[in-house]
Amino acid sequence: MSWPMEAQRKSYGRALVDLGRARGDVVVLDADLSSSTRTVEFKGAFPGRFFNCGIAEQNMMGTAAGLAVGGMTVFASTFAVFATGRAYDQVRQSIAYPDLNVKIVASHAGITVGGDGASHQTMEDIALMNALPNMTVVVPADGPETYKAVLAVAERHGPAYVRMGRGDVPVVTSKEERFEIGRAHILREGADVALVGTGQMVAACLLAAEALKARGVSAKVIDLHTIKPLDVEALEKAARGCGAVVTAEEHNIVSGVGTLVAAALAERYPVPMERVAMQDVFGQSGESEELMREYGLTDREVLAAAIKAMERKK
Amino acid sequence: MNSPDQISVSELEAKALALRRHVIRMIYAAGSGHPGGSLSCADVIAALFFKVMDHSPERMGSQDRDHFILSKGHAAPVYYAALAECGYFPTEELLTLRKLHSRLQGHPSRVKTPGVEMSTGSLGQGLSVANGLALALRLLGLDRKVYCLCGDGEMAEGQVWEAAMFAAHYHLDNVIAIVDRNGLQIDGRTEEVMSLEPLGDKWRAFGWHVLFMDGNDMWQVLDTLAEAKGHKGSPTVIIARTVKGKGVSFMENNVGFHGKAPNAKEYEQAMRELGGEV
Repeated sequence: MSWPMEAQRKSYGRALVDLGRARGDVVVLDADLSSSTRTVEFKGAFPGRFFNCGIAEQNMMGTAAGLAVGGMTVFASTFAVFATGRAYDQVRQSIAYPDLNVKIVASHAGITVGGDGASHQTMEDIALMNALPNMTVVVPADGPETYKAVLAVAERHGPAYVRMGRGDVPVVTSKEERFEIGRAHILREGADVALVGTGQMVAACLLAAEALKARGVSAKVIDLHTIKPLDVEALEKAARGCGAVVTAEEHNIVSGVGTLVAAALAERYPVPMERVAMQDVFGQSGESEELMREYGLTDREVLAAAIKAMERKK
Repeated sequence: MNSPDQISVSELEAKALALRRHVIRMIYAAGSGHPGGSLSCADVIAALFFKVMDHSPERMGSQDRDHFILSKGHAAPVYYAALAECGYFPTEELLTLRKLHSRLQGHPSRVKTPGVEMSTGSLGQGLSVANGLALALRLLGLDRKVYCLCGDGEMAEGQVWEAAMFAAHYHLDNVIAIVDRNGLQIDGRTEEVMSLEPLGDKWRAFGWHVLFMDGNDMWQVLDTLAEAKGHKGSPTVIIARTVKGKGVSFMENNVGFHGKAPNAKEYEQAMRELGGEV
């Protein structure tokens, strides 16, 4: 299987411009990273509705909140590690608690930031944002899904966090496929094991499913693009139908997507489960692909986890 | 009472005194809360809510009015008292402060209390919000002001200075910040805990128009707010010298009453000093 490669950020830039054209209430903030996050596209098209906040993420989140109090729908962007970590209290107090229309769309999440190293990588952002009441958390798998996610969070009331990577990721979905916040996207039906991926790990799940097929195993693949609200019905259905579940995420195993899926299934329909994730360590500098291999975040680990989970069925 | 245009200084002073009585009653009934910082800014709050700001409960859904952000969220009691007196909710509700299921949380909540525009309490965040709101008003083409009341202790928060830089950079002359310079914070005098002076110079260096006033003198408060309203081209900060616990002798300049409710005997004395019924 091979897919065209594309950075999610490019889709974000396009989505913002389309949104800005359709809606006069859309305002965009950035913290000196507009060329990286691609909010620069919106700046070019609607300079009067773009505000650079400089390297001051805490103030950016508070300013975003104030714009939302004033009736605007606000997109605030920077790297994921700063959006969720540096400005956590501002996101909590000034955005999530007052339930304001601020959409935090962060790029450079996970370890595929690469060379910048652990200071700029984040593997705890999903945990942080997910723990906040009122917050919607979306982790699109690729460019087309990012585009749809940005439009969807703009329509949805309240705060949202949308997570994007830095680099080019496989385009595994298409423009035509339906996207709904809170509704898991089934990419492949199967009966023996369910592979639940988020972000660019969805592609790894599809590759693993293909390898399993060669071994006579039928794997279901779920693109779990919404982490909150979690589609527990789809997860339960997958557990009942397959009897074994694997989760795969570019995030810490502690309080990550696998943890959430495990908790949901423990309550609804427990089955053998394996989690592919960062093993509670900080990353390091390196090429994206090297890092994904180094920390066990490839289709090989998903395949091995699937075999292990299926063995535990007996 | 006269309309905001006609209300006299003595009527405003009476309003401020009434707010102070509400504050003492509320905190006594709650058994906890922050009297000192509510009493210090009661005159500024009275001036804003009963005269200077153009606002009303009926227009909460519109942006075409003046706006207020309480950055020093622990002064919620005096804020609630002013909102109730302005008709945002019944004054009887004031005594539910801090009680389970009350709309009056210990710190202001946008989602719970009518009239409260922004949830605050974690210090240093209000000015950023005021800036964002001021930008929204500009985008909407509305010539309206955003008043932001800050504490002096919270000037130690780095975000305040990020916001100060931002407001000056974007020439937000519709932002008027007021620093309730009562000189005390939980652990003692501000200058002992973390020196703020020369505070006016700091704001000036950040590009703000800086004014000073005695924040417990209604004439000065009105004059200074009028001057701030007329200033164009840059944001204005008013450093309001105030007395923490103002109006209750044993609370004045007493750091012990930053965050402590009066006991029964103290309550009676405080109410007597404020000219109220116990």
